[in-house]
Amino acid sequence: KSGEILSEKHLEQFEARLIQTDMGVAATTRIVSDLRQEHLGRTMKVDELWATVRATVKSILKGTSTTTYDPEQPLSPLNFSESRPTVILVAGVNGTGKTTTIAKLARLLTSQGKTVLLAAGDTFRAAAVEQLTLWSQRLGCDIVTKPAGTDPAAVAFAGCEAAVKAGVDVLIIDTAGRLHNQQNLMQELEKIRRVIGKQIPEAPHESLLVIDATTGQNGLNQAQAFSKAVSTTGLILSKLDGTARGGVAVAIRQQMGIPVKYVGVGEGIDDLEVFDPDQFAEALFAE
Amino acid sequence: MFESITQGLQGALTGIFRSGKLTEANIREGLKQVRQALLEADVEYNVATQFIEKVTAEAVGEKVLKSLRPDEQLIGIVHQQLIALMGPTDHSLHLRRDGINKIMMCGLQGAGKTTTCGKLARKLKADGWKPLLVAADMQRPAAIEQLKTLGQQLDVPVYAEAPGGNPVAVCKNGLAHAKTAGANVVIFDTAGRLHVDDRLMFELEQIDSRVQPDQVYLVCDAMTGQDAVRSAKAFNDALELDGVILTKLDGDTRGGAAISVKQVTGVPIKFVGMGEQLDRLEPFHPDRMAGRILGM
Ligand SMILES: Nc1nc2c(ncn2[C@@H]2O[C@H](COP(=O)(O)OP(=O)(O)OP(=O)(O)O)[C@@H](O)[C@H]2O)c(=O)[nH]1
Ligand SMILES: Nc1nc2c(ncn2[C@@H]2O[C@H](COP(=O)(O)OP(=O)(O)OP(=O)(O)O)[C@@H](O)[C@H]2O)c(=O)[nH]1
Ligand SMILES: [K+]
Ligand SMILES: [Mg+2]
Ligand SMILES: [Mg+2]
Repeated sequence: KSGEILSEKHLEQFEARLIQTDMGVAATTRIVSDLRQEHLGRTMKVDELWATVRATVKSILKGTSTTTYDPEQPLSPLNFSESRPTVILVAGVNGTGKTTTIAKLARLLTSQGKTVLLAAGDTFRAAAVEQLTLWSQRLGCDIVTKPAGTDPAAVAFAGCEAAVKAGVDVLIIDTAGRLHNQQNLMQELEKIRRVIGKQIPEAPHESLLVIDATTGQNGLNQAQAFSKAVSTTGLILSKLDGTARGGVAVAIRQQMGIPVKYVGVGEGIDDLEVFDPDQFAEALFAE
Repeated sequence: MFESITQGLQGALTGIFRSGKLTEANIREGLKQVRQALLEADVEYNVATQFIEKVTAEAVGEKVLKSLRPDEQLIGIVHQQLIALMGPTDHSLHLRRDGINKIMMCGLQGAGKTTTCGKLARKLKADGWKPLLVAADMQRPAAIEQLKTLGQQLDVPVYAEAPGGNPVAVCKNGLAHAKTAGANVVIFDTAGRLHVDDRLMFELEQIDSRVQPDQVYLVCDAMTGQDAVRSAKAFNDALELDGVILTKLDGDTRGGAAISVKQVTGVPIKFVGMGEQLDRLEPFHPDRMAGRILGM
């Protein structure tokens, strides 16, 4: 198809599709006004403009950090400690997929020859300990648990102790879902992190925030608050197997610089993929 | 937030005083800002666009009131229209005193279905009903255990079978059990599923046709973004929903999903979840929700 004259109508269509990814008004407005400034009233091919938009988003997602995205190397996004154990803390708001993601991560690690220990740090939600215990049985890896109602920092403490003693490669600590605007619960999370850091220098080596791909603009508030409490090192975008595009990750990357490391694409143990910015940006605007 | 909306609007509405009437031209800039606020609150794009058209139609021709600033007048109209869109309220579970009432929960993974089942059971028990919870999530690890734990906390019976069984059968058996156990409200906790998962959506339809629930509620996370319209529409198409329950509203999300979901399903939003604890279930109030979405 040869070019058409870019009109406000076209720009509206760009706006609609950008907003519908959940990347937010600010990022959308920036992209649309760039298009307006450069191309309004000129003859051009809409497909080519989409290619530019995708390229913009890709470069935002890749950022300037050193995070590598090598789909052939499933552990490439993770930071490993020089000495054992590497500690991974997993946090997020309620129901995003933390516990399931931990099982998937453990699977990825063990499949690459790493030994893994889990710590069931959600002592609050009904049957959360049982949930992670079931996963550990399926994975065939060890788990540290304490009775429901125990201070989660004590579970983290026991996890660190056991991980050091057993000499495992990686310790992954689950935490209860909590809304980021609940001060006391965020302080509890800070305490968990402090306890880990006291036991094992430099730990946690990864502080992962699990964000549900269906999340709207609140994802930004989540990233800000969790980052403040536990210095988030990366996002895992769960539930990307639905129709939600997960565009809020673009806004988080752009405004806060936190990279996406993995994406969840199902409820099964193998449904975790290394984040691929190119593939993600393609899917973001797919019809 | 209300401050920022009105401040922006004051600047955008300066032409209004002279004309004495609200016209499409003199409210255009103001409504643009309202639309932006709606999008920032996660109202779905097309829903927001249609809503602004409706407000425009409603506002144009109105006399400029002397008692209010034009921005206040415009926000007032927007506020009223939002309330109208999200209403009317209907907090009733439509329970009958004779026979067994059946309530089914459905929704995406992690939305809050199991917790909400517990909350409803608690409320029903307090109102003098005899609830029975049925654990029909045979899929997620420890989902049955989770519901059993809630049942224990509430002293409400839970019907469950071994994990991995057939959820349709469990619901049927659970219903039969309710008769012998003397329960008069059965609440079915179904597994979370994606609206595009044909196999699991079919399973839900089968449960629906076998136990014929009186009330089917979609449990929806208030933090949901643009995708809310797609998932809610798919669940409504499959099941003919009777209501929506909006969870996790104790967060700081503006909650624009409430508008999107109401718009595409047309069914009332019954309750909101205001916390993880089982007593944190409240009736839905459109006026509060409208204020929240606008940041008032
Ligand atoms: N479709 C899909 N479902 C997922 C994915 N990840 C997790 N889930 C489902 O989401 C639901 C919640 O997962 P959990 O792992 O329990 O979430 P959580 O964050 O630990 O929840 P809380 O501990 O209660 O805050 C479960 O039904 C999971 O099976 C994913 O990538 N895709
Ligand atoms: N803050 C808050 N958390 C909630 C609310 N409702 C549910 N939750 C939490 O959300 C998480 C998921 O709740 P569940 O009841 O397990 O959700 P579900 O829809 O049954 O999940 P699946 O069965 O895995 O699909 C848990 O951590 C709950 O405690 C609420 O209103 N506010
Ligand atoms: K969710
Ligand atoms: Mg969990
Ligand atoms: Mg459940």
